[in-house]
Amino acid sequence: MAGPPTTDRSLTTEVGADRRPVLELRGVRKEFPGVVALDGVDLRLFPGEVHALMGENGAGKSTLIKVLTGVHPSDGGSVTLAGEDVHISGPLQAQQTGISTVYQEVNLCPNLSVAENILIGREPRRFGMIHWPELRRRARELVRDLDLDIDVSAPLSSCSLAVQQLVAIVRAVDISAKVLILDEPTSSLDRDEVRQLFTVMGRLRDQGVAILFVTHFLDQVYDICDRVTILRNGRLEGEYAIGDLTRVQLVQRMIGGELAELDVLSDASRAEAAEAAAGEPFLRAGALARRGSIAPFDLDIHVGEVVGLAGLLGSGRTEAARLLFGADQSDEGTITVNGEPAALRTPRAAIAHKIAFCSENRKAEGLVGELTVRENLVLALQAARGWARPLSRSKQDELARHWISALDIRPASPETQIRNLSGGNQQKVLLARWLLTDPRLLILDEPTRGIDVGAKAEIQKLVQRLSGEGMSVLFISAELEEVLRLSHRVGVLRDHRMVATLTNDGTLTPERIMATIATGAQK
Amino acid sequence: MTKHRLFWPAAVLLALLLANVAFNHDFFAIRVKEGHLYGSLIDILQFGAPLVLVALGMSLVIATRGIDLSVGSTVAISGALACEHIATSASPAALSTVLEAVGISLVVALVLGLINGLLVARLDVQPIIATLMLMVAGRGVAQLITDGQILTVSSAPYKLIGGGYWLTIPFAVILAAVLVALTGLLTRRTALGLLIESVGGNPTASRLVGIRATGLLTLVYVFSALCAAVAGLMISSNVSSADGNNAGLWIELDAILAVVIGGGALTGGRFSLGGTVLGALIIQTLTTSVYSMGIPPETTLVFKALVVIAVCLVQSSAFRAKVNLRRPSSRPPLNPGRARNVEKHEVGA
Amino acid sequence: MSTLTDTFRRNGASIPLLVTAALLVIMFAAGSVQYEGFFSGQVLVNLLIDNAFLLVVAIGMTFVILTGGIDLSVGAMLALSTMVAAWLVEQHNWPPLLVIPLVLLIGTASGTLMGWIIHTFEIQPFIVTLAGMFLARGLCYTISTESISITDPTFVSIAQTRLSLPGGLFISPSVIIALLVLLAAFIVLHRTRLGRNVYALGGNEQSALLMGLPVARTKIAVYAISGFCSALGGVLLTFYMLSGYGLHAVGLELDAIAATVIGGTLLTGGSGFVLGTALGVMVLGLIQTVISFQGTLSSWWTRIVIGGLLLVFILLQRLSTGRRRA
Repeated sequence: MAGPPTTDRSLTTEVGADRRPVLELRGVRKEFPGVVALDGVDLRLFPGEVHALMGENGAGKSTLIKVLTGVHPSDGGSVTLAGEDVHISGPLQAQQTGISTVYQEVNLCPNLSVAENILIGREPRRFGMIHWPELRRRARELVRDLDLDIDVSAPLSSCSLAVQQLVAIVRAVDISAKVLILDEPTSSLDRDEVRQLFTVMGRLRDQGVAILFVTHFLDQVYDICDRVTILRNGRLEGEYAIGDLTRVQLVQRMIGGELAELDVLSDASRAEAAEAAAGEPFLRAGALARRGSIAPFDLDIHVGEVVGLAGLLGSGRTEAARLLFGADQSDEGTITVNGEPAALRTPRAAIAHKIAFCSENRKAEGLVGELTVRENLVLALQAARGWARPLSRSKQDELARHWISALDIRPASPETQIRNLSGGNQQKVLLARWLLTDPRLLILDEPTRGIDVGAKAEIQKLVQRLSGEGMSVLFISAELEEVLRLSHRVGVLRDHRMVATLTNDGTLTPERIMATIATGAQK
Repeated sequence: MTKHRLFWPAAVLLALLLANVAFNHDFFAIRVKEGHLYGSLIDILQFGAPLVLVALGMSLVIATRGIDLSVGSTVAISGALACEHIATSASPAALSTVLEAVGISLVVALVLGLINGLLVARLDVQPIIATLMLMVAGRGVAQLITDGQILTVSSAPYKLIGGGYWLTIPFAVILAAVLVALTGLLTRRTALGLLIESVGGNPTASRLVGIRATGLLTLVYVFSALCAAVAGLMISSNVSSADGNNAGLWIELDAILAVVIGGGALTGGRFSLGGTVLGALIIQTLTTSVYSMGIPPETTLVFKALVVIAVCLVQSSAFRAKVNLRRPSSRPPLNPGRARNVEKHEVGA
Repeated sequence: MSTLTDTFRRNGASIPLLVTAALLVIMFAAGSVQYEGFFSGQVLVNLLIDNAFLLVVAIGMTFVILTGGIDLSVGAMLALSTMVAAWLVEQHNWPPLLVIPLVLLIGTASGTLMGWIIHTFEIQPFIVTLAGMFLARGLCYTISTESISITDPTFVSIAQTRLSLPGGLFISPSVIIALLVLLAAFIVLHRTRLGRNVYALGGNEQSALLMGLPVARTKIAVYAISGFCSALGGVLLTFYMLSGYGLHAVGLELDAIAATVIGGTLLTGGSGFVLGTALGVMVLGLIQTVISFQGTLSSWWTRIVIGGLLLVFILLQRLSTGRRRA
């Protein structure tokens, strides 16, 4: 669980042995009911460095940040700040001890002015009253210190998202300039805005601030970061100097080579798919795009074909899928279904075209928690039929019995509230919900995330069987082995762009996909 | 047994009824006088009928995470319209006149419900605010219709709705029972109930399975207005007059309370028509008991307030978490959902 | 259309306020043209005299709505305050100088309690304050179901005091109190940290929490302020009516909400001005005045017009803030 040997070397070369970390975490542990989110994680931040924190879904990044900012108390391990043990009890206290955080969703008040957002809670006062001219003067000064040009009396809501990020940084730095955590600040910024942000980050680094930078963009890590800590499955994978790691190595360490003990699935269907791919596609997306989430992409999905989408978290794989289902509306591009142009502006329209979608966010976007398994099962079918053509109770019971036994859903009682099922069984119910509508294209976004190995293998087998029966599947997963095992073709996404579509002809390896994710090579 | 979702409302109702016997030994007695049933229980049912109806509509609105504050005004408007039509008609006692009056009331209620539904479903106005407007303006409209007077009518067919008897049973009770049963059939024998619960339980997931929430939301507000209109007819018919100022005053609060007591959560999702009916009867029994015990009737408000607070605290997950925290941690963690696993899914009435 | 929406969005906060001010001017001008004796300073001053208690209550409501909450208990709290004051002064012969602070304390304490419940147990404000409304009205009736008229000399003399203004105008002491409350509210909202925290809370509660602002204290404080204002409104109403009654101010919460919204405060919180609320109260008062001058229109038109205005202003707010939900 300790860091690999590279750690010490990187330190001596990059930071110098004489320097002490400003923030040091040792063996931090955090458990949630049933899950160990962080298992003995170490992290060291030195003054004057930009340190990347990387990891895929479930790696523990966000939990680590929440522990650092006092949103969650840790269950074990120690945190030292400037050599002293600290106990972080809440956001306010974290800020006071010197750890400030800027979140991806800007956590400022849009209705207040820029100046107030920078200084609220610490407004200069005179005779107990807020001294407005002084407040604006100080805000202007702080903004100027970072070489920014922002009108501090404008309301924050009139500023672009990038400027709002910068305002949040100005605020954070003014409160405490020791440790600054930037949680995915760049995910919705354009190129110039990112450059402006990096300039500010560079300046802060020169002033001796330790910056923990969370991002999914590999290029940005190599552009600005000095060192990187990689987490995987709640554990520390390692701490490296960025120069010691190639992009491919970085991706490898994030995704890992953890081959689950699953049944090896047959390759028999690949030949069939090659035939299918020769014909007309079931669905064809042409230059489909949505501003700020996915650049224009083309994608064909043939009948009976499993198309995988691979890419890091935040690369645009979910965003692409949502456009195909009408869950988000595209700004440009076309979709044809069965050769006919189709306007998939709403999920309802997509469902009418026999497209189904299982969201990666089961709880928020899939389950209706207080309804029973049976009711959740029939929901999509019933919505398609309309309220006036109800499925009779006996029909519902029959469907529930059938799918509970077909997918081995446990407990096998259709009247259990779905929120009491385990993740794997909830996922099976959601799958069954769509399967009983008999879709032609099934979009699965991370269907095996957070579920046990047995359920995972069952879902994989199911996908393969469905494709054998002629259903098209769009399969999204962070696990490359899984994508590779199931898909006939793999679309690779990187930085909100589909950079390649690779055919799984038997020579495709996880390494090649990783290389594409890492470098974006068009191959 | 205690796990059934209707157990506690039913137990409370029973306890209240039994408590009444202590004050009035004839409380459970039902006599037949001039072919009509008489007795305290019958009174509770008859006077409770309008509240049952308003709460019926409210429970569907609340199931969609909404609220309808305008029902009291709708009650007043509906009674006023009907009485106005009957009073100005040439033959106030004719059945056709009364049917016209009822028709006018219902159509106007439909329009009022549509306005609420439109504001909530189409314009995305928060339900409290959207219905608040009609709550404010509606009383004025009702008074405008009655010209600020208490409008008295004398019409036998109209009197039947809220004050008459049919087969020895108060007509209002029959009407309410029939409407509750119809609503039960409509929501549970069609897919309406399921879709409403789904939209209230998880709007995002509902959109992704292709449920059109706009239509459903509009429908529940229209339904709520129609229920309120019928309740308004009953109330005004019972006293043979329309009072724009006081008819249905605060009935929206009683209706919300009835739904909450019946187990409906203000955060939307599951609704139980049976629970709502029990809730409404509990409130009516409370009111009646307070009368019969000689306590000033206005003080029922204090009881209602305490009940609201207690029920909301029990429903609040923050409250449950805090209570659980204070218990010794030697106990295994509570699984609040588990107790409800075995719930039966009741069918409306 | 998009530029129009843009303009609204940029000036979202001030547009409804300008509309309200314009409305006020137009209504006054129209009234002056239409009715003899309407165009006089005293008509304007009477707006303040007749609505001083509403102004105070609406100011409290503005604090609550600015945080994105709502307080439905204000009318009942006000009635309870009149009741307690009348009861103690008349039936127990307590000195007014003791009773008035006590009433204000009760109001503030009830508000604090409701705020505490709302914050600690995460229950929607409307349901908690609804319960508070029931409770306060019910408590009125436990004191007495009848109106208690006040004959205490202190109260009577305050009620009859008229202060002369230049130009032959006169005002009541209540007007001075209400204007002082307005001034204090303005200063608190714009010049103190509490006030800015109120705005921050309404802008984005989650952010306010992460920015380390005292969310709990602020949230409880606004309900305490609203409770205080309701109680003070009750005291002013006893000066005006010289009675305590459980049926005083039925529906006042709606008038207070309407005045706040018409005054340009966003119901979703975070944006608005307490001076706008004062304009809103004037609009409501002017509606009543116009209707009473008109003579043939009945008083219920007031409710209808207020409801209609509320609708217009809420639609205006929708236009200026766009859709909240995606």
